[in-house]
Amino acid sequence: MTQGATSEPASARQAGPAPAEPPGRARALGPGARAALGGPAGIHSLSLLGVLAVLAVIGAVTAPDQFLSTSNLQLILVQASVIGVVTVGMTFVIIGGGIDLSVGAIVALASVWCTTVATQEYGMAGMVFCALAVGLGCGLVNGLLIAYGPIVPFVATLAMLASARGFALQITDGRTQIVTVDSVLTLGDHDSYVLGVPPLVLFFAAVTAAGWVLLNRTTFGRRTVAIGGNPEAARLAGIPVRRQRLMLYALSGLCCGIAAFMLVVLSGSGQNTNGNLYELNAIAAAIIGGTVLSGGRGTIVGSVLGVLVFTTITNLFALNNLQTEVQQIAQGAIIVAAVLLQRRTHLAAP
Amino acid sequence: MAGASPPILTLSQITKSFPGVRALDGVDLDVLPGEVHCLLGQNGAGKSTLIKVVSGAHRPDGGEIRWLGEPVRLGSPSAATRLGIATIYQELDLVEGLSVAENVHLGHETSTAGFLRRGAATAATARLLARLGHPEIAPDRLVGTLPAAGRQIVSMARALSHEVRLIVMDEPSAVLDPDEVANLFRIIEGLTAEGVAVVYISHRLEEIRRIGDRVTVLKDGRAVARGLPAGATPTREIVALMTGREADAAFPERPAAPGPAAGPAADPVLRVEGLARRGEFEPLDLTLRPGEIVGLAGLVGSGRSEILETIYGARRPTAGRVLVDGRPLRPGNVAAAVRAGLGLAPEERKAQGLFLLDSVARNVSVASLGRFARGGWLDRSAERAAARARARELSLRPDNPDAPVRTLSGGNQQKAVLARWLLRGCRVLLLDEPTRGVDVGARAELYALVRRLAAEGVAVLLVSSEIPEVLGLADRVLVLREGRVVHAADARELNEHRVLDLVMEGSPA
Repeated sequence: MTQGATSEPASARQAGPAPAEPPGRARALGPGARAALGGPAGIHSLSLLGVLAVLAVIGAVTAPDQFLSTSNLQLILVQASVIGVVTVGMTFVIIGGGIDLSVGAIVALASVWCTTVATQEYGMAGMVFCALAVGLGCGLVNGLLIAYGPIVPFVATLAMLASARGFALQITDGRTQIVTVDSVLTLGDHDSYVLGVPPLVLFFAAVTAAGWVLLNRTTFGRRTVAIGGNPEAARLAGIPVRRQRLMLYALSGLCCGIAAFMLVVLSGSGQNTNGNLYELNAIAAAIIGGTVLSGGRGTIVGSVLGVLVFTTITNLFALNNLQTEVQQIAQGAIIVAAVLLQRRTHLAAP
Repeated sequence: MAGASPPILTLSQITKSFPGVRALDGVDLDVLPGEVHCLLGQNGAGKSTLIKVVSGAHRPDGGEIRWLGEPVRLGSPSAATRLGIATIYQELDLVEGLSVAENVHLGHETSTAGFLRRGAATAATARLLARLGHPEIAPDRLVGTLPAAGRQIVSMARALSHEVRLIVMDEPSAVLDPDEVANLFRIIEGLTAEGVAVVYISHRLEEIRRIGDRVTVLKDGRAVARGLPAGATPTREIVALMTGREADAAFPERPAAPGPAAGPAADPVLRVEGLARRGEFEPLDLTLRPGEIVGLAGLVGSGRSEILETIYGARRPTAGRVLVDGRPLRPGNVAAAVRAGLGLAPEERKAQGLFLLDSVARNVSVASLGRFARGGWLDRSAERAAARARARELSLRPDNPDAPVRTLSGGNQQKAVLARWLLRGCRVLLLDEPTRGVDVGARAELYALVRRLAAEGVAVLLVSSEIPEVLGLADRVLVLREGRVVHAADARELNEHRVLDLVMEGSPA
């Protein structure tokens, strides 16, 4: 829950010129209320906080001893962190009018490449560099194909999904690569927790903060919204649309590299099956968080809350010994509900 | 045409609100069989909402709709269709990837047990197209390959494929050339002779005089005048009803002498040398001096927009080059053109010019973000203040930089685009149909603005389908026909008929 609490002021600050508030409603609320809510996106984030609160109550009732324990909350946050970092990158890509289906495969490739015996010889720094470089490299390939090919994002990243997974399998030959570098392994230990917060969660918080600033306070973020909202108008306004697209996929790849290293810390190993279905989870979390799949609108705070909702539900199902099948069905239902809610909040005006 | 027969459609006290907007505030309208009833009003007056109520796309909040005297509920577009109401929308709602015949029968396909009867559909479509005076359009042609005028005909054929008694046409002439408009009017006359009623929406008063029987004027969601005779009501009176004020000369006075920065003495800011795009327009030479307004007159398809977009770098030329201040621009690169001081107000404002989800301020600042950024970090208050100052300078309404740009009227949206280039400090402004979909009052404001920018030294290249607009604004006019400049002259030496002749015939005789 820590994450949800810290992101709230962020959503309030975002208020200013919220992308598309129904004018009447905003006026009816008055400027104060409007600033506090931050337009439809803010309302959306608030409702996600409400969903989290409801889930917490359900957890406290159904598994009173386990759910609210420190170790369980730490577990939820750690689990949310890896997919959360991927989701931040995915949010940028979707706001920019694209989609990245290759994130799971890139995580797998980066995680196995940075855990080969050869890479591990360079210690933690070498492993981090390798993971980030592989992620960034794959993202750049995606971006070049999409921006300058041009190949539609769906196809280009689908091809990357297949190739990167295949490459990862070739590197590992299907074996699990155990990490032997102590400094990496200790990052996952209880001893490295900062005031009870696992380092991986701090990574996630840092990526979230950086993503929020990048989206809301820089020309990069503004251009991302512009090319997603209306690529032709962006081009005619003199925005270098292709370069921006390239950078968005590179950013997503870089996030995958960070997530890959975090996954290696978490599992103490690298496997070619890592990051399975991350593309689905990241896209779902972004949508639940209020990002519009057609581009031009979305928030980092919403996406992070979307990840937390998803992870908390998974945790609740595990604590209550429910089957994964049921869990997946529930996740599908949540995605549909989130999109319906999004339509309500965004399309109120004519 | 309009006899003493009872109205086919009567609307009384129709109201419709959207969050924050009362779009219709008690509108009355009656349409007689066989008449052309014109609907006039500024953008935002409620015309679009009203026709959506008639076509069943919007359900009114209050009021009564009578069809042939009987109260009806138009709960959906198909309910309206069943009664015999067809609507041809401004933004044509055709599926580009389907054929003409498939589009015409979309939603009511002729089929046997679920299998399409393509032959029957093709034959029926061919009959409809012939009736519309366009037998040359093949029913199996893809709609995406048709020019705008052809699509209009397909829309019309779709409307007529139903048993229709009332057709609503929302600015049907906006995308048409003069001869196509004449054909449209022939079709309308044929329909009204059969007793079909037409509700006709247009910004062009001269069209309303030619085709209309009666006029209803909307303002602020109310009908301020009902059933005026279309031929006999003075223009001045209609404009006054629409705007609430007397509109006089729409075009500002031409300055007696060019300003110090302008005139033949100044060095040209833009020079176009042999610029061409194969299949679109032939090699073109053009110079623009600071403070000069040059107009490109020509029909749709004469290469006007293509020329503007190629100069701007949005299309890559097959020959020739563009120089700004004597330095050649990188071909096919918009960003380079913008850096050199060019700005474009594109033809399709919503599709090409605006970020509809975003605020006015963000739409204005988008081309100047670099100015408000240090190392990529945006100074948002400076950005907003600068955007607001430019919007105010153009008296953009509402005076709220945070208003979503999609809620603005056409004229104010155009001002947002112009404010963008004003903020950027552009020196060559390319205007493509700057007043399309802009009402009379806002047009006059835009004309004055273009003149003022020119007086301040901005060079303007203007494309417009409306010849009076080109003649009234430009200093020099190039007349285009089929991608070729057929005549170039001082605007004062030309008149509307002469330009029309040139545009149609291409012979300077």
